[in-house]
Amino acid sequence: MTTTPQVSDFSEPEGRTLGLGSPPILAEPSQTILSARRLIKTFGKVVGLDGVDLDLFPGEVLAIIGDNGAGKSTLIKALTGALIPDSGQVFLDGNQVNFRSPQDARQAGIETVYQTLAVAPALDISANMFLGRERRRPGPLGSVLRMMDKKGMKEDAGKSMANLGIATVQNMSQAVETLSGGQRQAVAVARAATFATKFVVLDEPTAALGVKETGQVLNLIQQIKAKGLPVILISHNMPNVFEVADRIHIARLGGSAGVITPQSHTPTEAVAIMTGATTLAKG
Amino acid sequence: MSVDTHAPATAAEQFAMRRQSPVQRIQHLLHSHPALSPLLVLVISMIVFTIINPRFAQPATLSIIIQQTAIIAALAIGQTLIVLTAGIDLSVGAISILSMLVMSNLAVNNGVPALLALLLGVAFGTLCGLLNGLLVTRIGLPPFIATLGTLSIFTAIGLLYSGGASIGRRQMPPLLNLMGTPIPIGPFRLTVGVLFVVLLAAVVAFALSQTSWGRHVYAVGDDIEAARLVGIRVDRVLLSVYTVAGLIYGLTAWALIGRAGTASPNAIVNANLETITAVVIGGTSLFGGRGGIIGTMLGALIVYSFNIGLSLAGVDDQLRVLAIGVLIIVAVSIDQWIRKVKA
Repeated sequence: MTTTPQVSDFSEPEGRTLGLGSPPILAEPSQTILSARRLIKTFGKVVGLDGVDLDLFPGEVLAIIGDNGAGKSTLIKALTGALIPDSGQVFLDGNQVNFRSPQDARQAGIETVYQTLAVAPALDISANMFLGRERRRPGPLGSVLRMMDKKGMKEDAGKSMANLGIATVQNMSQAVETLSGGQRQAVAVARAATFATKFVVLDEPTAALGVKETGQVLNLIQQIKAKGLPVILISHNMPNVFEVADRIHIARLGGSAGVITPQSHTPTEAVAIMTGATTLAKG
Repeated sequence: MSVDTHAPATAAEQFAMRRQSPVQRIQHLLHSHPALSPLLVLVISMIVFTIINPRFAQPATLSIIIQQTAIIAALAIGQTLIVLTAGIDLSVGAISILSMLVMSNLAVNNGVPALLALLLGVAFGTLCGLLNGLLVTRIGLPPFIATLGTLSIFTAIGLLYSGGASIGRRQMPPLLNLMGTPIPIGPFRLTVGVLFVVLLAAVVAFALSQTSWGRHVYAVGDDIEAARLVGIRVDRVLLSVYTVAGLIYGLTAWALIGRAGTASPNAIVNANLETITAVVIGGTSLFGGRGGIIGTMLGALIVYSFNIGLSLAGVDDQLRVLAIGVLIIVAVSIDQWIRKVKA
């Protein structure tokens, strides 16, 4: 649809010749899981999103990197209904969507793992996995007495965790607050992976974790990808990003500084582009 | 729980288990069973009171304790729901008194049929609860302030409406006095009101533990932002909790008439603090998200066992008040400690 205006967006003021991979050729939304076109969001005088484009292809891990204030969170919120963009379009499976709330996005099959994880610490793992979408028991116990199918949910929670290779947590009746940071993250990721039908968004999943637990979360991301679910990974951590991402979207000053791959560029170059030290150049 | 009989423990789990000291084990046990400590307190204090004065264990004494506990226990069920959402209700007593005055005045002074008067009184209590809920969810007032305001408002309305006058036992229609009907069970002398409270507690405990509504009540009190993010309609849950609490206070008004035989605007003046005491001693956290109805029932029983046990032991009345104060502080300290539980 609109291709010409974007090209100018990617040329930075310095006017350097852009290298390979840039300007990104925007895909037809019918070929993507998710496409965003010219998203704009302003907060008073502050421009949060300055005409951002983004494509997410089937089965890929797309990382979004960027300095603080580059617009990563705003972009993600605009894609998952937490913020309503002022203008621009979002396509899911080629159909234009207008999410008014995170629930809209969730109903459309998009699951987000927030930095805060959104778990209720005093509730157990199974309760957290099904929080907000509890299943009822069949028959009058469920329809009349509104009883939850606790046993079934517990079994399925265990299966979801096992499917993702999470072996360190086995007792689904354990309160989430008794788990380690990595285990909590695993619960939140497992929940997202279980209920997502389109893609999963992970917001800084390794920011609060140690080395070993970070490795486990990266492994989880690979597992989700192996299930055929695309992943959008927001992260500051270059080694992590370069380990798991198929493509890397670089956010900068509310816009996009371009899309690279771990093969086309080095982490150092990615940081340089991210901070504006250089514009997209062949690595 | 740390002991899992179904799945063999991994090496890591076994290591974690071996490392636990006895104190940690107690902390974990209390963490997963918050009603355990009030149960322990109740059992131990009953044994001690019986040793001091064997009359304590007589069915007649125990019947009195249970009857006295009933009203506060019923109101404390509503209070528990609100505290579970990290709120607090200071208008408990005021709403119940107002409902009681509405149902008895309509029946006695306005010639409304007793059943209709009863239903209108209960409905009025429910509306009062709804108003609290609207102040908390729509206007965003902290529950403490919202209910502090409605406490004064409802109390004043009650006094204005009744003209400060009580309605006596002889004028009261039989239906409104029904809850006072004695029911002898073995050597115990209970009342319809006591059975009503047990039933009410069972229904609410069931809803809290078995339905998704109950789970959402806990989630909202535990972490309101997380609840919102997972798609729970937080305001609707809160509104429902305050409204159900109002309904419970309205129903308790009926039991209150049965207990006192009269309808006085000065009944249960201490209900606010006594319900909060029962809730807190019962192991429900004032920070929300943990606790439950069984604990609250035990908490209410503890308060009234102390009242009667200590007076049977010949202890000064002020020391009884002091003991309750110590219990509150110990209970909340234990709660703080339990909340620090680690894997």
